[in-house]
Amino acid sequence: MNPYRRSPFIRISTVLVYIFLYAPILVLIIFAFNSSRTNVLFGGFITHFGPLSMNGSTVIQSPCGPFHWFCELAKNREVMGATKNTLTIAFISTISSTIIGTMAALALQRYNFKLKSLTQVSLYIPIVIPEIVMGIGILVLFSQVFTFLNGVFGITGDDRLGMGLQTVIVSHIAFSIPFVTLVVQARLQGFDKSIEEAAMDLGANELVTFWRVTFPTILPGILSGGLLAFTLSLDDFVITFFTTGPGATTLPIYVYGLLRRIITPQVNALSAVWVMIVFSIMLLMQKLENRAS
Amino acid sequence: MLKRLRENKAFQGTILAIPTLIFMVGLLIIPLILTAIISFGTRSPDGNVIYGFSLHNYARIFGISSECQNGKSICFDPLYMQILGRSLSLAFNTTVLVILMAYPLSYFIARSHPRRRNTFLFMVLVPLWTNFVIRVYAWMMLLRTQGVINGVIGWVAGLLGLHFVPLEMIYTPGAVLVGMIYEFLPFMILPIFTSLEKIETPLYEAAADLGANPFRTFLRVTLPLSMPGVVAGTILVFIPVMGTFIVSDLLGGKQVILVGNLIQRQFLDARDPTFGSAASLILMVMTLIVTYFYTRKFGFGEEIISA
Repeated sequence: MNPYRRSPFIRISTVLVYIFLYAPILVLIIFAFNSSRTNVLFGGFITHFGPLSMNGSTVIQSPCGPFHWFCELAKNREVMGATKNTLTIAFISTISSTIIGTMAALALQRYNFKLKSLTQVSLYIPIVIPEIVMGIGILVLFSQVFTFLNGVFGITGDDRLGMGLQTVIVSHIAFSIPFVTLVVQARLQGFDKSIEEAAMDLGANELVTFWRVTFPTILPGILSGGLLAFTLSLDDFVITFFTTGPGATTLPIYVYGLLRRIITPQVNALSAVWVMIVFSIMLLMQKLENRAS
Repeated sequence: MLKRLRENKAFQGTILAIPTLIFMVGLLIIPLILTAIISFGTRSPDGNVIYGFSLHNYARIFGISSECQNGKSICFDPLYMQILGRSLSLAFNTTVLVILMAYPLSYFIARSHPRRRNTFLFMVLVPLWTNFVIRVYAWMMLLRTQGVINGVIGWVAGLLGLHFVPLEMIYTPGAVLVGMIYEFLPFMILPIFTSLEKIETPLYEAAADLGANPFRTFLRVTLPLSMPGVVAGTILVFIPVMGTFIVSDLLGGKQVILVGNLIQRQFLDARDPTFGSAASLILMVMTLIVTYFYTRKFGFGEEIISA
């Protein structure tokens, strides 16, 4: 019997589901090259450089040709600000959660201590409660703490403590830690301890053994945990939505706000860029995993 | 101190785990407790919280109302129970449809050549990691009355010389259902694939040798062995669908209000954090109860982590 045999029913439904998964994304990207300004109908691709006629009447200069909407995007200050915030949050939260999560993975895998089961159980909470519950909880905590502090220290006006980049970063670190820990823990489980023992027998002390033997071996796990944290942070909407404040708008929040008002091909251009970036990060992750196994 | 750090293993472990514990307790456990405390409080006129112990927020959700017509002092107002019921049935429908769509695809990937398996999986992950909001936007473009689907149908109808009235698709419960399926489908594919991949080929051969036809083999061997994946996928789909508010917000408009929308509005527009906290806790308890009974019946696999 051929283990790779799949019935026509399986083949056809697989193709249909893949079409279902990709058709919306494809449409999104095609409309990023739309020569119609309103994005209601597809007015054809932008085919030339120079003046563009939009909806028959408006003529605009387009030095970017087919990439007109991408250039408009690059000129959009709000988008650039949101990009900067998104990346700042993602970098800081990734680095912090990767270090903290790796430490916890080592602790859970290698040591016995009193708070071990509490630590392990708390890591599963984000999986079994809806994200909005966590977001609301953090919002309630921060707003109560800030109200209290503002009252106690009599802070008024613009100096009042409130939501902003810091609160978003702290929250992102919190929801990324469990994912990093679980990934690194899985990597540590497959670790052959006899290599470490060999290093010790050859006279290396614990620290040297860790940095020269253990760390390089689990590094692929740490890196893929870190990349996971990075993508989670880039992608997050719900937690950010409840913990953000003035001047801390991220790209998903910006797009959401935009979608409730107007729709322009700029959003499509942004989506196209986004898909490309995610695609590259994932290719990188795939490479790392292949090297690890 | 240093000597203790060098010699006491338990102490080393605690030190390594402490930062994680601080974050998990500080930003997960304490916030949940605080949400619970606030849900028993009342709202001051300017939208702040007055601490206390009152069950009126819960009474309101369960439909006990004091603003009645025909002169009664207490009556039943089903508004919030309807919202809870709608969220539950949407989460249920989404989960069932997602299982039906994910299973054949996962089966296809699990039975494909190992060298091609990673590519097929990769193709599932790309839409998953394309931003959540962007994916809802894609469906807005497709489903709008002047959107892509109506455009294509209208174009075909025009070629055939038929008169076509654009379909009203966006801002309906159906649109929200499609959006939810699209958002969460990959979360079902990955765990089902993981459990199917574990089934070893000799098992199929044995079933065939013993005279089972492919359909019987599927029913008696494949399906039972892949149940852990289906269970894990159900948890990964059901829980987030219960709490999501963007999909219903953008694709359902004012027509489809779910628990998520209800909670979000209490914290932003209506400004009653105490009522929002109560709704949030009820949402959490509801998902925990469903998850508990579901996993107790079918078991809880490690597939959930693989995803």
